Amino acid sequence: MINKRRSTAVLLGLLATTALIGPAPAKAVDNPTETPAEPPKVELVLDVSGSMRARDIDGRSRISVAQQAFNEVVDALPDETQLGIRVLGATYTGKDKKQGCLDTQQIVPVGPVNRAQAKAAVATLRPTGFTPVGLALRSAAQDLGTGSTARRIVLITDGEDTCAPPDPCEVARELAAQGTKLVVDTLGLAPDEKVRRQLLCIAGATGGTYTAAQSADELTDRIKQLVDRARDTYTAAPTVVGGSAECANAPLLGPGVYTDREAFSEHRWYRVPVRPGQELRASVSVALDRPVNPDYGVLLRATAPDGRELVRGVDAGSGRTDVVSAGLRWSAVDEDTPTPSPTGTVTAQTVCLVVSNSFAPRPGTEATPGMPVELTVDVVAASPAPDGPDLGRGWALLLLLTLAGLVTGLVTGLLTRWWVATWREN
Amino acid sequence: MRTLIRSAAALAAAGLTFAPAAASADPTPSPGATTVTKSGTSFLTATAITAGQPVQVGASTGDHLYWSFRADAGQTHQITATVSFPKGRTGKSTWAVDVFDGLRRRQACTAGAQTPTADAAATSVTLGCTLRRVRPWAEPWSGDPLPGTYYVRLAVTDLPEPDLGLPIDVDLLVGVDGEGGASGDDGKLEAPLVPNTRAGTVLTAEPTPEPVAEAETSLTGWLPEAGSRWVWTTAGGVLAAVAGVVGFALTRRPRRP
Repeated sequence: MINKRRSTAVLLGLLATTALIGPAPAKAVDNPTETPAEPPKVELVLDVSGSMRARDIDGRSRISVAQQAFNEVVDALPDETQLGIRVLGATYTGKDKKQGCLDTQQIVPVGPVNRAQAKAAVATLRPTGFTPVGLALRSAAQDLGTGSTARRIVLITDGEDTCAPPDPCEVARELAAQGTKLVVDTLGLAPDEKVRRQLLCIAGATGGTYTAAQSADELTDRIKQLVDRARDTYTAAPTVVGGSAECANAPLLGPGVYTDREAFSEHRWYRVPVRPGQELRASVSVALDRPVNPDYGVLLRATAPDGRELVRGVDAGSGRTDVVSAGLRWSAVDEDTPTPSPTGTVTAQTVCLVVSNSFAPRPGTEATPGMPVELTVDVVAASPAPDGPDLGRGWALLLLLTLAGLVTGLVTGLLTRWWVATWREN
Repeated sequence: MRTLIRSAAALAAAGLTFAPAAASADPTPSPGATTVTKSGTSFLTATAITAGQPVQVGASTGDHLYWSFRADAGQTHQITATVSFPKGRTGKSTWAVDVFDGLRRRQACTAGAQTPTADAAATSVTLGCTLRRVRPWAEPWSGDPLPGTYYVRLAVTDLPEPDLGLPIDVDLLVGVDGEGGASGDDGKLEAPLVPNTRAGTVLTAEPTPEPVAEAETSLTGWLPEAGSRWVWTTAGGVLAAVAGVVGFALTRRPRRP
């Protein structure tokens, strides 16, 4: 009896041990993200043109609502964020359009904010002149300067631009194409249809957002959110690269994020060196920064230098969207090593990547500059196919084997008993 | 014989405990999780969340909101989202929750209302997406879900233009079923699909050939990893042998003193 108890204990002990060493714990490996060296920079651009006098937001004038919102934003500003404020149409009282359309000033320079000074500057604003939105955007981009991180402009206006040319949407597109990552978020105060179209166009061209503010609270909350977003989501701006029309002279890319521009029906080639035992990972996003026909697609292909296709990533869609993305993985199969290498060394194989799109412009849609392309490239250790041995895994297997063992033991025991009994009789 | 029944019962009980827990229906926030009140606006700026962490964020109609979460092999994720609108919209709108993996490849939803349409009079719309179970390994050419970062994008895909810019409130929750680890699939992804978000460097010349790395010879290198089929099967063999001895012993007559 003692014997039996002991073996049961051993059995359960073994089960418990297997439970402990059984399944390997999942490892969480996180890629450490580099912290950009610069502080987040954001500039608020406020329309102070004559129309801001209108008292149609909760019975208050548009300018007083905007002033209150600015005060609250300045109060709640995170310490590390550098904020600037620029106004347009704030000083020129005359009727001369030419002069009125040059009327834009930076009342708070981009930098660490002196709260009292900034609030005092905002408090003196009186609705006055014209609405040179395009010029104000261009100047705001200059105020923010160039650098290695993304910048944000928050444009608050109640009326459409009265000074085109330059058309504000063209200006936005031109700023976005300059290479510095610049996002323009737009806020319309009690906007009409024309204002909405214009602000949507500006936001779309730079990857920003558009909000129609109907109340003081909405305006304040939204500006706060956008200023916070400038801090929370700003990242190192991708490296600007120019893909070429064929693989042979395409730029050679290391791991990282890149940005480029691609026109309708254009193909852009890039090259990535991949060593044996490594895996290429690439993804691409093409942004729809202008009106296009509702059906579209993007294709990312990896080819060998001789043009053989290795793998492709594709996605298509329909309807309103911001970007269309595709991605691919590729690693060399072991037998497939075409480059004879000198003894003792391994040569990197060049893989060509080509990005193409199937967007169709609507009548009147500008074709240049091309649409923004974001390309990420990574080269990591390859994951070889598992060579599954003819073995099993899991609790069901353990249970089955144990039961089989038990049954075998019982049968053997009973057989032995029967055999011993028979043998004794004879 | 009583001992036999008792050990059989113990074994059965043990077997039952190891059976996987039944899948739950709707994801619920994990207790004590802090609510996220932010969202990103692109893949690069997506706000990182974890499964079970509720998201509540105000936004404008027309914004593309991005979040990212981490998935491990063996897990199945469910995403539920509710968008609340103001009154006075001019027409019906279609909303979509899209999920992408770390390579920005679109992921299929196995269940859930991924692209519901809300009437002009509706005050809210509910979206949902259940993803496929994450595999520990897949061929580079396949589109199977793999461990790594996943992106969720919530946006309106079709609406009358005048409704753009109106304020909305978004509630989102990512739930997870099944802990990573033991699964029927073999293989391992050497590096999870976590995108490299650093600014790239354009290389000026082809990289030089590098010397072949010497094969590592370590004493413990040949040992199978914990959790591999070798370990499981060996453990099963040992258990079977012990159970065989126990079974054999049970058929012996108790020894009289």
